[in-house]
Amino acid sequence: MKPNLILHVVSKFLIPLIIIFALYVQFHGDFGPGGGFQAGVIFSAAIILYALVFGLDAAEEIIPSRLLRILASLGVVIYAGVGVVTLLLGANYLDYSVLGSTQIAGQHLGILLVELGVGISVAAVMLIIFFAFAGRGRE
Amino acid sequence: MIDIIINITLLTFLAITSVAIMRMTNLFAVIMFGIFSLLSAGLFVVMDAPDVAFTEAAVGAGISTVLMLATLALTKDHHEKSPRGHRPWLPLAVVGITGAALVYGTWDIPGFGDPNAPTQTHVARYYIENAVPETGVPNIVTAVLASYRGFDTLGEVAVVFTAGVAVLLLIGGKRSKSSTKVTHERGQDEA
Repeated sequence: MKPNLILHVVSKFLIPLIIIFALYVQFHGDFGPGGGFQAGVIFSAAIILYALVFGLDAAEEIIPSRLLRILASLGVVIYAGVGVVTLLLGANYLDYSVLGSTQIAGQHLGILLVELGVGISVAAVMLIIFFAFAGRGRE
Repeated sequence: MIDIIINITLLTFLAITSVAIMRMTNLFAVIMFGIFSLLSAGLFVVMDAPDVAFTEAAVGAGISTVLMLATLALTKDHHEKSPRGHRPWLPLAVVGITGAALVYGTWDIPGFGDPNAPTQTHVARYYIENAVPETGVPNIVTAVLASYRGFDTLGEVAVVFTAGVAVLLLIGGKRSKSSTKVTHERGQDEA
């Protein structure tokens, strides 16, 4: 594909902003709108934009597909693992109140961890699907 | 007043977009789907649901548009014009009756934001009163999704994960790619 100067410059300017916005949505989801799912999708949108402008191979160099598979599973493991930890601490599955010194601290920590798991998993799966579709047409 | 104007404008654009989707060929129709999602996201913002609007804008207008374009690039256009004997009356009747039933169904729906609506009188009241003191999270949507309904969200993440695994099994996978590459190189050597 012929490199397009405007697309390159604009996307290089936009991609860091999109990623920072994704992190904001991820970690500010307790206070403002958003959460893990939205953050994961926005993050993967940044990488997809990079892949569209700079090519699929360049994007796969940043995030190899092997890493994506590990991340997709890791998100689910974090989420389910928080539940197992609360079980071990003597509470019900996914009852975060026992994670911290007070109920509110525990809930806060639990929600943060769980949303992190959601975000990692969603971002990785969206990229897996995109790479699978886009890589297929390359042959 | 301004709300009504915004709503009517957005709905008009939505209607125009859906007509445009019907009349356009594949590539532009995909772009129109993205525009439709973006307009829906605007409608969700007007309805004070920014979380849903986020999702609609990012997934509907962003990712799924790209995925549809990727699918279009993969599939070849074997689309044939509808046969001569095709009669639109049966599909039209089905669509008309379904639409009429849906419109009839909306008559009994309580007004938007009605405090006496059944959805507002069960657990919603409990969440609004207790979510902040119990979880310390000001965004009640996050508190409900991640804490009160943690099991649901765990299931959703499992669904997303399963979707990724299914796509990998169906059309992804390093093995097929490397094997095609090997045969390709072999073919070049022979040539």
